[in-house]
Amino acid sequence: PVFPQPILYSYFRSSCSWRVRIALALKSIDYETIPINLIKDGGQQFSEEFQALNPMKQVPALKIDGITIAQSLAIIEYLEETRPTPRLLPQDPKKRAQVRMISDVITSGIQPLQNLSVLKQVGQENQLTWAQKAIRSGFNALEQVLWSTAGKYCVGDEVSPPPVFLCHRFKVDLTPYPTISRINKTLMALEAFQVSHPCRQPDTPPELRA
Amino acid sequence: MKQVPALKIDGITIAQSLAIIEYLEETRPTPRLLPQDPKKRAQVRMISDVITSGIQPLQNLSVLKQVGQENQLTWAQKAIRSGFNALEQVLWSTAGKYCVGDEVSMADLCLVPQVANAERFKVDLTPYPTISRINKTLMALEAFQVSHPCRQPDTPPELRA
Repeated sequence: PVFPQPILYSYFRSSCSWRVRIALALKSIDYETIPINLIKDGGQQFSEEFQALNPMKQVPALKIDGITIAQSLAIIEYLEETRPTPRLLPQDPKKRAQVRMISDVITSGIQPLQNLSVLKQVGQENQLTWAQKAIRSGFNALEQVLWSTAGKYCVGDEVSPPPVFLCHRFKVDLTPYPTISRINKTLMALEAFQVSHPCRQPDTPPELRA
Repeated sequence: MKQVPALKIDGITIAQSLAIIEYLEETRPTPRLLPQDPKKRAQVRMISDVITSGIQPLQNLSVLKQVGQENQLTWAQKAIRSGFNALEQVLWSTAGKYCVGDEVSMADLCLVPQVANAERFKVDLTPYPTISRINKTLMALEAFQVSHPCRQPDTPPELRA
């Protein structure tokens, strides 16, 4: 069957959404964006409509090939399996394990601890400290892991998901993380990372637009 | 990351449970832990990620230490309930005998330990009949029994099966 264009439910600033936008850009997959504003209207992710689409009430969610997938890495692995070129995972199982390990450090070890919903719970006066602690703790570990895996990018010299870009919003000083900084800088020069940037999305507020 | 698990295998060390499991699946492919169909594989990974990114990190030891002893139970219960509310809904469309269809998958490997955590934190499972049913079916399988916390080399005597 021929399916309509994929639809990505995304928030411009959501790092999880950004990961998927990069993957779609790297694989040159055209898609439509339906913005879900996580703040407006009490959070559009809580609407009944969106909840039916993704019971986790989070972005991103991708409608593709007749199904809806949530969770950024599940989406990216599906794209990799169904649109295999260009590769986002190396061929060698040991290198694939390294890529997945690094991805999981970020998506399970860092990001969930500093997302909007958790920050709301810790209270406004604690938010910055909490987020910084989560990021620094994770980056300390990640920097060490990258010493043994990194080439030009996180694992060797081929781009694979996901890069890191959480820092600036929470004012985390990147000086202790030279490998993370170097790789991030190299990645940010690539077109797929630029077109998918929060400052270039359909729902980017005018004052933040590139 | 200063966390468990870590697996030393084939000359490398891998951390992060799903990265380990995917490596095992790719290098020791039978019996399968992921279905063949990419759409079902996506469902397995999605459910696994809901648990490993959406629930567990919010109620692990290190986070609970940070929220302080008097808040721990409430915090953990909230994280688990929130995640299980979503998971129960997802399972309505994916579950057969197990989380995705009728074959044990990586999603089931994530479910059982999380249900055990829920019980530890006194989360009432009545609102989650699908999760409960699948958990019960899985706990009858040998692999889930031999791997249980009450049967490990480091299980304290008072908790041993």
